[in-house]
Amino acid sequence: MSATTPLTTAASAMPPSAQPRTERSMARRERWRLLRRRPGFIAGSVVLLFWVVCAVGGERVSPHGPLQTGFPSSQAPSGSHLFGTDQLGRDVLSRVMAGARDVLLVSPFAALLSVIIGTLLGLIGGYIRGIADEVVSRVMEAVLAIPVILMGLLVFSTFGTSKTVKILTIAFLFTPIVFRTVRSVTLAEAELDYVTSARLRGEGPLYIMTREIVPNITGPIVVELTVRVGYAIFTLATLVFVVGGGRPEEPEWGNMVSQTYGLIQGGTWWPAIFPALAIASLVIAVNLIADSVESVYAS
Amino acid sequence: MSETLAPTRTAALKVDDLRVAYLVRGIAREVLRGVSFEVAPGEAYGLVGESGCGKSTTAYAALRYLPSNGRITGGHVLVAGADVTGMDDAALRRYRARDASMVYQDPGAALNPVLRIGPQVIECFTLLGQSKDEAKQHAIEGLRRVRIADPVRVMQRYPHQLSGGMQQRVVIAMALASDPTLLVLDEPTTGLDATVEAEVLDLVRALRSDTDAAILLIAHNLGVIRTMCDRVGVMYAGKVVEEGPAQQVFDDPQHPYTVGLLSCLPRHGIQKGERLLTTIPGTLPQIGTPLPTCVFVDRCPLVTEICRAEVAPVVEVGPGRWTRCHHADRIGEILAADDTQGVEAATSHRVVFEMRDVSKTFRQHRHDIPALVGVDIGLEEGETLGLVGESGSGKSTLAKAMLGIHAPDEGGELQIDGKVVEGKTGDRTSDERRAVQMVFQNPDSALNRNWTVRRILKRAVVKLTGVKGRAADERVEKLAESLRLSPRHLDLKPRQLSGGLKQRVAIARAFAGDPRIVVCDEPTSALDVSVQAAILNVLAELQAGEKTSYLFISHDLGVVRYLADRIAVMYLGRIMEIGRTDEIFDGPHHPYTEALLSAVPTVDGEPATRISLAGEIPSPANPPSGCVFHTRCHRFMAGTCDVIEPPVVELSIGHRIRCHLPVDQLARSAGVD
Repeated sequence: MSATTPLTTAASAMPPSAQPRTERSMARRERWRLLRRRPGFIAGSVVLLFWVVCAVGGERVSPHGPLQTGFPSSQAPSGSHLFGTDQLGRDVLSRVMAGARDVLLVSPFAALLSVIIGTLLGLIGGYIRGIADEVVSRVMEAVLAIPVILMGLLVFSTFGTSKTVKILTIAFLFTPIVFRTVRSVTLAEAELDYVTSARLRGEGPLYIMTREIVPNITGPIVVELTVRVGYAIFTLATLVFVVGGGRPEEPEWGNMVSQTYGLIQGGTWWPAIFPALAIASLVIAVNLIADSVESVYAS
Repeated sequence: MSETLAPTRTAALKVDDLRVAYLVRGIAREVLRGVSFEVAPGEAYGLVGESGCGKSTTAYAALRYLPSNGRITGGHVLVAGADVTGMDDAALRRYRARDASMVYQDPGAALNPVLRIGPQVIECFTLLGQSKDEAKQHAIEGLRRVRIADPVRVMQRYPHQLSGGMQQRVVIAMALASDPTLLVLDEPTTGLDATVEAEVLDLVRALRSDTDAAILLIAHNLGVIRTMCDRVGVMYAGKVVEEGPAQQVFDDPQHPYTVGLLSCLPRHGIQKGERLLTTIPGTLPQIGTPLPTCVFVDRCPLVTEICRAEVAPVVEVGPGRWTRCHHADRIGEILAADDTQGVEAATSHRVVFEMRDVSKTFRQHRHDIPALVGVDIGLEEGETLGLVGESGSGKSTLAKAMLGIHAPDEGGELQIDGKVVEGKTGDRTSDERRAVQMVFQNPDSALNRNWTVRRILKRAVVKLTGVKGRAADERVEKLAESLRLSPRHLDLKPRQLSGGLKQRVAIARAFAGDPRIVVCDEPTSALDVSVQAAILNVLAELQAGEKTSYLFISHDLGVVRYLADRIAVMYLGRIMEIGRTDEIFDGPHHPYTEALLSAVPTVDGEPATRISLAGEIPSPANPPSGCVFHTRCHRFMAGTCDVIEPPVVELSIGHRIRCHLPVDQLARSAGVD
């Protein structure tokens, strides 16, 4: 008689629409619903969307070509040139808009790559432990110890400043940070009994890491990814500003600032300030989105 | 509408028709539906009931410590005549500082880990406006009052340097600092070992005589309530359904819910062969469910039409006793109707598992820590071996050695079905792995929260039996059915299931590959008593059907006694006594067993004599000489016990004991039923 009846659970109180097959998509929809209610997320998305349109649209959306010269040089912002023109007679607005393309290609890929590699290494460090963990952890600490600027100088002067090089450099610099996050959540997860249970039925480490543990740590990984994108934008701009980002005429935000900040003292502030604001706006937008994602995953 | 009948003195705590609701997604859901009771000064009042029935909410409401979404929607809480529900912030702060104190479940969390004990205790007194020196003097006295022998030294320590029992004493000393009118104890001994629990309970009992505080005690352990409280209120779904003197309520319950709750417990030494445990059908209604008439109506065996039509009346059933039931006169029918049969013993005396001279030594900071020392045990087919002992005695290490999670030291031997097996599970063959599986203590940790039940079970079936595809699906469905999980549950994730259902999934997984041996590590300690009863029944039935052997670890001796055929008592990694369940309970006992048995408060009243174990369990890294138990033994013989390691003596066939005392001097239980 013991258990003929205790089968009424929370599940029986669920509405009929909550069928199990769609449970995962329901969770996703629920997170999306929570995200949309956050003003930070909306504001960040609007700004991000603006830059995505600039990057994708290119010359179709900007008033002029980014390399197009021939306008009166060093004109202050006005009706015909909203952001003014630079010392070579190029439209600053068009150049800033074109600059979005490089940033939006490099930063997400760099962040994604660092998250993929960092996650793999973090899983090894946190689950396998032992010698493997020691080796990986020490290597990661060594990478963390390299000054970013020095690293950029070395790499850019050796391998050039193609997008691939930029992506790889930033990914390399960010991997240890992702590694540390993933390693610590994996350590906590590996202590749980379901992992012991998997070992008791003879599962191998690869299966346990990828099938058992990873689904339970996607939250921190997604958060890490969004946060890293923000930092990647900033790091990219810094590196390009200091080290130089290839051909001087290329519309690259860091590049534009580094070439024109000397003019600010002479009163020509617009060619440097507008790309700097562009960097700031994108970093803030991505961080607003990252914060919202983080709090939605945390709740 | 005050319905309380009992106390005549001015109540120290008077809860009057208290209603509390929690806001969940903007909707107020009622959790307390008009709770009324009174506690007189110096009286101890216990609240019992399953989790979710509102005990803790009542306690927190008494201090107005509700979570941010909690609202008192009606009624009053009066402490010594002052209305707590109407106080402004300043008055409330003063009230909490001077008039009320609370002791929480986990003393480790109640103390600040980075501060020494001294400043924390002293602070309680300076808060009352005392000077530093005065406060220090009072702190020392306060600690001495809770039987801390050397308060000055304890005040130098950090919380982590104290044992759980000592920490709880410090917390109690802090709670008593203001000499409160009301002392709320919320599961004060739940995280502690039985022996330590007994000590803390002794202390609280002793303190009652020299304080005039009203004590409100909340505990899920009915034995604790019985031994500690004068009166008890039984709560169900946010209402007190029965109230009366503790002994009377537990010996002669008068509400169907109380009857159900008490008969879920394995009491009076019943065993699985005699009868299955009674369970309460159905589950607690979700919070906020409207229950206009009787709150217990959906699960009551006596339910009739009137129960759904009219509010249950308060029926006086004795001096100071009442029950809220339409059918108070028919309570006797519930127990009369209960005649479940026990399960047939399935033992065949074939040894399926054997451990010979197994030791396990951990190395930590270049020190050897022997966690298991020369353990010999055998497990017969279909038998349950109960494993008891305080925490740190090596129970879990023994289980883990069996499972192959820890490889034992060189020299020991593990056998499954007469075949020697490797120490590590990874080195065993798949058949050997399949033979030993485990049910964990906490199903939340044991089930992957991102997998559906179906995936959890299917993976276990595929991996352990090698069956694939359609056949595996069928096996999953059969497994689910044998644990009375409906097909609908298969597509849910663990968090959508109740605790009992989760544990069923975990058991189904352990049985996926027809194991010979299942290790159960406290499988019911996280569950309510009615759910515990159902799980124990399932385990007993599965065993009878599948001839599986269990290694059953539990700190609850009633549970062990119900399920186990034999019991092993462990201390510091050694088996001190092993024998048939009746031999362990009836004696002659090892002195340690004797102490363990005497420490347990039961619903049926206190054991005649309490043997308190002096001091703490010694560090395994540095075990005492001679008999490892001699430092705490109440039968210690100087010159023998501290010098010579006791031999293993076989008192009768299979009843072995490690003690120097001659058999005729070992204690026996004086005919417990």
